[in-house]
Amino acid sequence: MLYDSVFVFPNFEVERDYDKCIVCKACVQQCTFDATYYLPYRARVVSKDTNCVGCRRCEAICPTGAIKIRRYQGEFKDNAYWTPRDLKDLYKQAEQGGVILTGGGNDRPYPVYWDHILLDACQVTNPSIDPLREPMELRTYLGRKPDRVEIRYNEDGEPELKTQIVPNLVAEVPVIFAPMSYGALNLNMHRAEAAAAKAMGTYWNTGEGGLHRELYPYGDHTIVQVASGRFGVHAEYLQVSAAMEIKIGQGAKPGIGGHLPGGKVDEEISKTRMIPVGSDALSPAPHHDIYSIEDLRQLIYALKEATNYEKPVSVKIAAVHNVAAIASGIARAGADIIVLDGFRGGTGASPAIVRDNVGIPIEMALAAVDQRLRDEGIRNWVSIIAAGGIRNSGDVIKAVALGADAVYIGTAALLAVGCTLCHKCYTGKCAWGITTNDPYIAKRLNPEIAAERLTNLLKAWAHEMKEMLGLMGINAIESLRGNRLRLRAVGLSREEMEILGVLPAGA
Amino acid sequence: MSEPLIIDADGMYYRELNQIIRDKVKEGVTHFRLLNVNGQRYIGAGLTREVFIEVFGVAGQDLGIFMKGPTIVVRSNAQDCVGNTMEGKKIVVHGMAGDVCGYGMRGGKLHILGDVGYRVGIHMKTYKDMVPVIIVGGKAGDFFGEYMAGGILILLNLWDNDSRPMVGDYLATGMHGGTIYIRGEVDPYLMGKEVGQVEMTEGDKALLKDLLEDYCGDFSEYHLDPQEILDHPFTKLIPVSSRPYGKVYAY
Repeated sequence: MLYDSVFVFPNFEVERDYDKCIVCKACVQQCTFDATYYLPYRARVVSKDTNCVGCRRCEAICPTGAIKIRRYQGEFKDNAYWTPRDLKDLYKQAEQGGVILTGGGNDRPYPVYWDHILLDACQVTNPSIDPLREPMELRTYLGRKPDRVEIRYNEDGEPELKTQIVPNLVAEVPVIFAPMSYGALNLNMHRAEAAAAKAMGTYWNTGEGGLHRELYPYGDHTIVQVASGRFGVHAEYLQVSAAMEIKIGQGAKPGIGGHLPGGKVDEEISKTRMIPVGSDALSPAPHHDIYSIEDLRQLIYALKEATNYEKPVSVKIAAVHNVAAIASGIARAGADIIVLDGFRGGTGASPAIVRDNVGIPIEMALAAVDQRLRDEGIRNWVSIIAAGGIRNSGDVIKAVALGADAVYIGTAALLAVGCTLCHKCYTGKCAWGITTNDPYIAKRLNPEIAAERLTNLLKAWAHEMKEMLGLMGINAIESLRGNRLRLRAVGLSREEMEILGVLPAGA
Repeated sequence: MSEPLIIDADGMYYRELNQIIRDKVKEGVTHFRLLNVNGQRYIGAGLTREVFIEVFGVAGQDLGIFMKGPTIVVRSNAQDCVGNTMEGKKIVVHGMAGDVCGYGMRGGKLHILGDVGYRVGIHMKTYKDMVPVIIVGGKAGDFFGEYMAGGILILLNLWDNDSRPMVGDYLATGMHGGTIYIRGEVDPYLMGKEVGQVEMTEGDKALLKDLLEDYCGDFSEYHLDPQEILDHPFTKLIPVSSRPYGKVYAY
């Protein structure tokens, strides 16, 4: 038993065409995982496959196209039960005795319900709408809506609103950048998200690591998070925001807290999180002032008191088995927005065993929560934001039809700026400069270019969403919300369709 | 000090009471005297101006949450979550306080005359010159200083008038920053495994003297003598690592 499995069984191999390689060493300079290096005595660039994480930075940067990253060709004996990943993880743990970490979202082959749902379209009997020539509205108001609207007449006999309307967020596109903390991401990514949210009239979310002061001018487009570690949470942070979000859970790691390793806490992060440089940032699993719905209400109203009832309060939970009842409690606790984060949601760092085995799909959670709140007659009390693995505008439209008011995109936003889903965010070495706070590597992410790419993405999705609304003969996204009659299921069981509230195709 | 604005909180809903305080602070009132307070929540929440608030009666949950500027003196007991995520200045409680006081506190002082409940001082943090201080005159419940990341937590057990231990189980479990001073000896069995006991230095004594002088000054009617308190031996606890969970992962 004298071997080290990591060196015996790599995940990737770097294939280099030496006819094409001009020994410019760009790959050496770009690789942050030490998988490629220069051998002077052979005047050659060579690879150390065992270090390769498959991020493909070198492949993308190679000026002559000399590099191909391939899955490691060596194979274990076929086994339909024990996958190579199971074997390698087990070997690693037998060697090191530790919890295996991962980043990104659950990549296991669980069912994807989005891909079992199809949209309706108009034919003959009802006209479709062409969004290029007719008005089409994506504007979405997030927050509590009144039970009824009453008007009164003033002295001049003019009608005016008698019902008091509580503050709502106004998103021109129902797509918001998901909470990802400064620490998990670097400041360049936060800059890009803030600028893109402002440009598109939507919002971005700080995540739980506070808001860098440089980004205070973007406060009107910023949702600030209050999590169990209370990092960077203070009166000014709350006051500068557009809305405040209590983070209870995260889809990638429901029920557990977070550890930002001390090594990642540099001067700027220290300033924003307000903890010393180099100290671990530990987020406890629960908020220790929230052990019940009543306690949650206490914190919701504390936030409202601290900001003079001028901003909506959101509560974010992971999608878990009993999510509908929990959401009902959250609505009754006074939240204005509920965020449901499905099991495909990403993470900067999570034990792989948790990410891969805990939670439920967002499609199911969303349908269950929307139905429960309708049944209880309190759906108007809260807006629902669906999060956790939204891949394209089709997913957004389906989410809205299942009952969401808006969606969060995290992984999709990272992909837009270069992420290749290597899932090594927890190492802090992201070669694409996204999930690293190494100032040298973080420079690879140009905030202006990244902002432009995020803006492009939202523009493209907005246009596609208008097309899809138009083909259904709908001219405002409001009219699609919870409109499950415009959805049909393929290849689902009766129980699954019942929970989704969707009829089978052909019915 | 200026003449106080007197507000009779008898039967008043917390929202109304706090709205009056916020409005008056905006108008420039710097001294409040709240009478007949009976559990109203969030007094002083999120206030950033340097005002003085006297509370007669039991202050409700989340007293001074997120606040930065005010000094609040409670002439009775306070409920749970006193000084929750507080950023600066001071809260003085002339009685007991409940659970989870000073959660995530990152600046200012919390002076409590009597006992406190569970999970007090958890996840306090230090940042540069912002060093939060909690001084508890009585006893404390379980999980005292849990997850503590910075600041100073002092337990005095001055009134030892019942048979309960002065501090509960899981003392400072998960602690990774800051310092805890406890007057008297603590059974190591009660301590979390992330914490270690070290000798008191002259520097510690000087620091405690400063802090206790301020504390005793706040409770002048009890004629507490800082030197007398200090004459009793103290237990000093610090974390054994600033990264207690660095080794649980495989890479």
